[in-house]
Amino acid sequence: MSRTLSEAESKALLAPHGVPFPAEHIVGDAEAAVAAAEALGSPVVAKLNGDAIAHKTERGLVRLNLASAETVRSAASDLLAAARPEDGDVSVLVAPMIASNREFICGVSTDPQFGPTVLLGVGGILAEAIADVSIRLAPISEHDAHDMIDDLQTQDLLGAFRGEAAVDRAGLVTLLMALSDTVAAVPEIQSIDLNPVLIHNGSPVAVDALVEVA
Amino acid sequence: MSDMITAKHSAAQFRALFDPRGVVVAGASTHPGKFGFVSLHNILASGYNGKVFGTNRDGSEVLGVQCVPSVDDLPAGEIDLVFVCTPASANPDLLRSCAAKGITAAFITSAGYGEAGDEGRIAQEELVALADDLGILLAGPNGQGVVSTPAGLCAQIVAPNPPAGSIGVASQSGNFVSSFLNWSRQTGVGISRAVSAGNAAAVNVPDFLSFYAQDDETKVGLAYVEGIEDGRGFYEAVKAVAEHKPLVVVKGGATAGGARAAASHTGSLASDDRVFDGAMRQAGVVRAATVEEAFEAAATFATQPIPSGNRVVVMTTAGGWGVVTADAIHASDLELVTLPEDLLAEIDTKLPPRWSRNNPVDLAGGETRDTIPEVMEMIARHESVDAIVYLGLGIQSNQARMMREGAYYPDHGLERIVEYHERQDRRFAEAAAEISARTGKPILTATELGTADPDNAGPAAVRDSGRLCYGSANRAVTALGHLWRYAKFRQDRAG
Repeated sequence: MSRTLSEAESKALLAPHGVPFPAEHIVGDAEAAVAAAEALGSPVVAKLNGDAIAHKTERGLVRLNLASAETVRSAASDLLAAARPEDGDVSVLVAPMIASNREFICGVSTDPQFGPTVLLGVGGILAEAIADVSIRLAPISEHDAHDMIDDLQTQDLLGAFRGEAAVDRAGLVTLLMALSDTVAAVPEIQSIDLNPVLIHNGSPVAVDALVEVA
Repeated sequence: MSDMITAKHSAAQFRALFDPRGVVVAGASTHPGKFGFVSLHNILASGYNGKVFGTNRDGSEVLGVQCVPSVDDLPAGEIDLVFVCTPASANPDLLRSCAAKGITAAFITSAGYGEAGDEGRIAQEELVALADDLGILLAGPNGQGVVSTPAGLCAQIVAPNPPAGSIGVASQSGNFVSSFLNWSRQTGVGISRAVSAGNAAAVNVPDFLSFYAQDDETKVGLAYVEGIEDGRGFYEAVKAVAEHKPLVVVKGGATAGGARAAASHTGSLASDDRVFDGAMRQAGVVRAATVEEAFEAAATFATQPIPSGNRVVVMTTAGGWGVVTADAIHASDLELVTLPEDLLAEIDTKLPPRWSRNNPVDLAGGETRDTIPEVMEMIARHESVDAIVYLGLGIQSNQARMMREGAYYPDHGLERIVEYHERQDRRFAEAAAEISARTGKPILTATELGTADPDNAGPAAVRDSGRLCYGSANRAVTALGHLWRYAKFRQDRAG
């Protein structure tokens, strides 16, 4: 039986291996959320954080683009009030709101025949319908990571796009290598979802993380 | 270097299978419909260059071979391979007798093993264990046979016997061995070794490919697989093969994947086929979408130089063909290179001003007797060109055929013009092969006449040159794309 780690725990596991995350604060109440938003600079995003919370968006547990102390306060209060008993201990994660037109999905999954695999795909709500993905077996080499990027059909998304800089491929390679390194270091990992990975000033930043361990 | 090809099997054992000093057919039959007859027939008819023996219960003669009731009655040290057509129950004693005579390889056609329920599975496991104890490499069971053109060996219960060449075939399905060998016969691009793995009880497809990787007779591997159980083991084996030589794989069916974790979006995107595809790319293995694409890719590796870049020039005698070929190149990893000024100027000296002055190089009917070889040479020698796709071969001979078959032949000067046309097309095909070999750059000739009229002097001369005449420009571009992808993979990792 596998279990999922909270978003904060997932990020804490992945960040030391080189997965880029935005600076963020874990807080226990609405006033602390307001203080965190002030420290980060607005706008911010607030999310409910807990071990058993896997599908935050579906449950409405992500509040985007909070620009004032008042909106942060009420969002944090609402999120804490929305927690269910089965969610266990919960907190609020406050992070800078990252402006981006491009979303990718990166992750790890365990294939019954081939074992752990690393995946890069075009993200967003249409990700599964479009299914523009590239997969390699873990561990991957830097050559493999470059090939994964080249394998994507939608290469236009990687160039300069709607006034945004071209994607820093080296940054994307670093991120994919970090996933490979993490799964090598922690063999209990069954899957990792970085969804979405946003492109901010050309650099990939994972704004959500979900790790599943055996 | 170790002589071991797999953990359990040595190169000497694989050589006993593919280059045996002598072969015995166990269960040789006088009935021409039985496997024990067909296999002996095929061995004899294909001109095997070693000694041939046979066994059957009553010691009767088959096809001039005086059979004996038991392998015990045969000389020791003269036979390396036993081709087994006896019932499963007879095989353990048979293998023991074979080992006593120094036989180190067995190809088992017998059914009633792993494909036949629990009892068969047990019999199969026992046979594998026995063969291991006896030092016999066990191919099959339930397989169709083994082909090895350097030995003149066609030990199969099916046809055909392919021409000699450098493609090494290994297949999980015996019928696809036949398919590949039939294409080999049709195209003239030959085979080094071919084997059907059958139930692959002791030796599986990647094991055979591992031997091909070390085999000097084999330049490229060609494999059909389905239902891979040990994905990691398969990946590691084919990756090691691809480090030695190109390997083309075509896969049927989905892997037997279990349910995937619903918690993960990544998991739902990582379908069986995408994982397999990624694993093959990571291994540097060429994955073909269809069986015919696989054969043509392998035939291209076997007969064309590996390109050092992806810059392609299309050379055509007519416009429309060049346009669709350019479309195919745009949709691939290949580049339709812009012709550099010095090459334009050089071609200008050979063609009237109406030629395309662009890539595709459309000769626009401006060619005289030597134009095609001369322009092809200019393009191939240029440093900014890595490969050529040549279209339009055989047009002249196509007209020649109509003239020859018409009521006016051979008068009215037709005999002479027909000969000229056919001579020209032969020259062009020979030039393509010769210039390609000399410059070390692929030159792929594509025309539907290769399949529509293989006797046309153009395609026939391509075949005589040892190369594949592609049935369409799209098929040539697909094959060249596979060559380039392989070349790039190796270049990146050599750097």
